[in-house]
Amino acid sequence: MNRWLPKTYLTLVYVLLYLPILVLVVFSFNSSRTGYRWGGLSLQWYESLFNNHAMVQAMWNSLWLALTAATVSTIIGALTALALHRYRFRGKRVLRGMLFVVMMSPEIVLAISLLALFLLVGLQLGFVSLLLAHVTFCLPFVVITVMARLSGFDESLPEAARDLGANDFTMTRTVLIPVIMPALLAGWLLGFTLSLDDVVVSTFVSGPSYEILPLRIYSMVRVGLKPEVNALGTLLLVFSLAMLMLSQWILTRSKR
Amino acid sequence: MKETLLSLKNVSKAFDDKTVLNSLDLDILDGEFITLLGPSGCGKTTLLRLMAGFEQPDTGAVSLSGHDITHAAPEHRPLNTVFQNYALFPHMSVYDNVAYGLKMEKRPRDEIRQRVDDVLAMVQLQDFARRKPHQLSGGQQQRVAIARAVVKRPQLLLLDEPLSALDYKLRRTMQVELKRLQRELGITFVFVTHDQEEALSMSDRVVVLKDGAIQQLGTPREIYERPANLFTARFVGETNLFPGYLTSVENDGITLDILGLSRTLQRPGFTLREGEQVNVLLRPEDIRVLAPEDEKGLARQIVERNYKGSTLDSVIHLEDGTEVLASEFFDEDDPTFDYKLGEPVRVSWVDGWEWLLPVEPEPVNNDAEEGLSTNA
Repeated sequence: MNRWLPKTYLTLVYVLLYLPILVLVVFSFNSSRTGYRWGGLSLQWYESLFNNHAMVQAMWNSLWLALTAATVSTIIGALTALALHRYRFRGKRVLRGMLFVVMMSPEIVLAISLLALFLLVGLQLGFVSLLLAHVTFCLPFVVITVMARLSGFDESLPEAARDLGANDFTMTRTVLIPVIMPALLAGWLLGFTLSLDDVVVSTFVSGPSYEILPLRIYSMVRVGLKPEVNALGTLLLVFSLAMLMLSQWILTRSKR
Repeated sequence: MKETLLSLKNVSKAFDDKTVLNSLDLDILDGEFITLLGPSGCGKTTLLRLMAGFEQPDTGAVSLSGHDITHAAPEHRPLNTVFQNYALFPHMSVYDNVAYGLKMEKRPRDEIRQRVDDVLAMVQLQDFARRKPHQLSGGQQQRVAIARAVVKRPQLLLLDEPLSALDYKLRRTMQVELKRLQRELGITFVFVTHDQEEALSMSDRVVVLKDGAIQQLGTPREIYERPANLFTARFVGETNLFPGYLTSVENDGITLDILGLSRTLQRPGFTLREGEQVNVLLRPEDIRVLAPEDEKGLARQIVERNYKGSTLDSVIHLEDGTEVLASEFFDEDDPTFDYKLGEPVRVSWVDGWEWLLPVEPEPVNNDAEEGLSTNA
């Protein structure tokens, strides 16, 4: 067997994976207006990106939405996971199974059903509808992350805390939450990224009053690829890499 | 006479219709080291959890120094627990783990620091205060768990199989250390174990449990030398069980036919009629293995020998298939003392060391077998 074959194969796979990203990053620094010709190094697209008020506004909207959606779904999800973990009740298996249904069902189905629901109850499409929709699809991920952590949770820890004089509330605050904190953070980060780059559901449930970044980009590239998008893509890439490293750091630190 | 510290009256507990504790009464005396001993599933851990307040009895009452605490929450009971798996808070340092209970009492900071330092010094962990639990060895974690429980100066310390996760050598060290701690602190210890050796060597009194009921309550010596029933006899230590037939009754003694040997013994605590069968219990160390030319005893052969370091254990088959376990100490005069398999010997026992029990209607219980094999 040719010993170069595996190496070549691997190289090809990685080129395929990373070439588009590389092109994006490189062309975000291109001074030429057309996307396929190199015209020298420039930061002009970053400049014009930040001068584009609609774009900056959409970015802030997206960040705010992702922040609130991740936080709300982490709170609800953690409580749900705790309830599913701690109590025995009728229909528990069904409830747990339903989480996976939301996670596995095609996004478009969720999008249409959420839109139908919002129209039915007469909710105006905007921040609130977006938030509700994002919390809905983030929730199962948070619940499952937290439940995984809880399944390895030593049941005698809460008992030890109670034994040493802590009431239920103090025990939760000083023992339970700190111990499951890595899962809460992981769930939050997961929710945050899911919310930040969601297009399908957001397309259906957003209104003109609240424009978010993925939809803004989507509408921009429809009328032709502008170099600002490359700059924006690069910024998002750096941001998500930073988030990834942060989450890894938190997880490894908590394992020590 | 010591005073009763913790008292359980007529306590019953069932989980999903399975009875775990069956109207049990137990008084724990102030300052004693009492051990709950029994095979797994005998209810010893449930009993401990009832005392700690993690479980509530279905019926009956628990009282501490005369006050009813049956329904008091764990955090309101002046007793602390050392958990089987230590249950140290993984996100806190050793110091914070030990300080936790005092912080809950809202003690002043200086007092907390002083008491935590003292108790860490007592368990020889003063240099490990900043470490996290996972940076410690099993034995060190064990000592943190004990420090965390005793720093609150409880009236009663509950220990749920605290040594079961440690290796043999460390377990022996911790046994000694626990006894020392109990003496120094003067706290009442309630110790749960399935290890009969541990129970005998550490306790002032032992409670032998089976199927949620107390089989026997007594000092280690009473439990070992005068077991109340066959279960206790088989669970605590190894036992030779021979059938004995009553041949005659004298004024204060009886004559028994044991394996064809006639022995005159003291009248036991239960009533016996002539011709009736009794169980004769002899511990392996009561058995004497004699030379084949000896006149006493029963002539048989060695079928198994086990070198145990300090003793030589052997198994001897009798004519009717009965196995006799014998355990002999090595003799200073004869360091090469040993048996060959198949070697002819005679078996006897020390006169008057027999312990008699009435024949129980039930056949040999499976739990007892289980207990024996796990502690062999």
